[in-house]
Amino acid sequence: MTDRTADSVGTPESVDAILDSLDTDSLAGYNYAYLDEHTKREVRRSILSAIALPGHQVPFASRAMPLARGWGTGGMQASLSLLGPQDTFKVIDQGSDESVNAANIRRLAAKTTDIETTTDATAASIIQSRHRIPEAVLDEDQILVLQVPVTDALRRVDGSDDANRRRHAHRNYSKMWVALYENVVEYGEIKLSSRYPVMVAGRYLMDPSPIPRWDVPKLDDADNLFVFAAGREARIYAVPPHTDVEPLAFEDREFQVERFPGQACRRCGSTDTFLIEVETDDGERQYACNDTSFCQKRSASPALSKAHHREGDDHAWGPPTDPSISVPERSASPAGATADDAETSREEGDRR
Amino acid sequence: MTVLEASNLTKIYGEPCGECVEHTGPAVGDNQCPVCESVVACAAVDFELYDGEVLGIVGESGSGKSSLAELLALDSEATAGRVDDDAHDGNLLDADYQDRHELQNHHIGMVHQHVRDGLELDFSGGGNIAEKLLAAGWRGYGDIRSRVRELFEATEIPVSRMDDPTATYSGGMQRRVQIAKAIANDPELVILDEPTTGLDVSVQARVLDMFRRIQREQDVATIVVSHDLDVIRLLADRTLVMRHGRIIESGLTDRIMEDPHHEYTQTLINSVI
Repeated sequence: MTDRTADSVGTPESVDAILDSLDTDSLAGYNYAYLDEHTKREVRRSILSAIALPGHQVPFASRAMPLARGWGTGGMQASLSLLGPQDTFKVIDQGSDESVNAANIRRLAAKTTDIETTTDATAASIIQSRHRIPEAVLDEDQILVLQVPVTDALRRVDGSDDANRRRHAHRNYSKMWVALYENVVEYGEIKLSSRYPVMVAGRYLMDPSPIPRWDVPKLDDADNLFVFAAGREARIYAVPPHTDVEPLAFEDREFQVERFPGQACRRCGSTDTFLIEVETDDGERQYACNDTSFCQKRSASPALSKAHHREGDDHAWGPPTDPSISVPERSASPAGATADDAETSREEGDRR
Repeated sequence: MTVLEASNLTKIYGEPCGECVEHTGPAVGDNQCPVCESVVACAAVDFELYDGEVLGIVGESGSGKSSLAELLALDSEATAGRVDDDAHDGNLLDADYQDRHELQNHHIGMVHQHVRDGLELDFSGGGNIAEKLLAAGWRGYGDIRSRVRELFEATEIPVSRMDDPTATYSGGMQRRVQIAKAIANDPELVILDEPTTGLDVSVQARVLDMFRRIQREQDVATIVVSHDLDVIRLLADRTLVMRHGRIIESGLTDRIMEDPHHEYTQTLINSVI
């Protein structure tokens, strides 16, 4: 690769030549999954430590990646260390598979490994994500790798990592609680838009990365493994399957997810998914699903449940829609799966 | 019944040479060791504190009063000594971080000389008090609010200022917030380090009155550290007089005020302006 670049750089027409070669070249000279084997092993060891201590931040030797730190290098290193030839990989950025960052990360993985890529959250074995947990229920064969910009929930209240590590060591989280108290004083409820602090297995306070509050309940007692990786801060932490994850809240000021009163996705009509607000040029506000791949599935079959690919349908996953607005039929009777659902579920099972 | 029993409390700043205690003290007239230049803040301090009692510690600047208060409040490590406390098995001074934290939340309330040591000025006054309650496991927002309001009323801080940043409070109010924080979890022991220093006389009087009322109502054992003999006279049942890191005289406050035995105490009492 270096030879070719050296030859072709310098002449104006070489740009086309480089682009052509990118399509055809296997990335000769690169190790499988870009990183060298020692690095991958080191990352996997850190992940194992993180799984052994749910919610605890484990240091790892974050390598330079072909991407600036803060753009998902931690997630990439975790994903690339985990990806084997049998895996199917999905990358999401803010709910979308098609954003530049997600597409580039997916392409790098596809180029340097033998994996399949997908945009279907139920078909992927490893999903790397930024800012969202997919709407579709994840299962025990899947790993969700989340990119983390800020590793420590306590940094909200104290900038000193030294003091914060001490607080973690002694489970002294009163300062975080005061911040929540003051939040309620100011707003009447806890208003943290993202990075909602959670207690993992009753021991460590964890920053769940900038997922919306909507996604926080999905961490609790999930079937899948969550790996949180921060490249810039060189830390990895994890929530293993079936771990208690409890958002901090007061007895009389409970944790609440975002509310979209009376709103449904403009495209697929969903009322039980996380919606984003879009303002059009003429000032009109519209709502749309944030998870584009799930939105696409819903558009095709509006009655699709979030757990459509699962045996049985009684999976508590994610927040219910706000009870003050009309409860949509599908989440009102989670056990009553339609024939369609069962059909889809079998198909998915076969495909995997 | 004793709340606290201290023996041979010693705090040395610097690298002690082993003979610091012999080379310092009132007999020598200095608290800095001539051999190793360590500063002996306090040494060989013995005393007992009884239920519901107010013990005054008086002395000039640099006599080791505040160092002693910090040791007892578990804010600093002692060089040597032993403290037996009802709330803790074994030597209180050997308690690890976790136990110290627990003790500070439930058993020992401290009012620091410097506001910054005791309060988080960015938090609201209510938030500072709530921190104590939250650390002690309170999880009901309504309960916390009403307890904070109760403490504001007890310490005579305007409740309307409850949600303002502590940095915007006056000096007297900050002192009151510290007192409210110290008594929030009904501790067995409250330590006041210079509770009125820097306040004007009318505010001093109100803070002292307020504390005296709370102390009587709750019957909480208290240690008051002050250079101000009037504060000691007003609050303390018994008094220890310190100089160069040693206790040079102790007894009932009235006796010390009326009939001081030690030469230095006599000077101290006669030198009130």
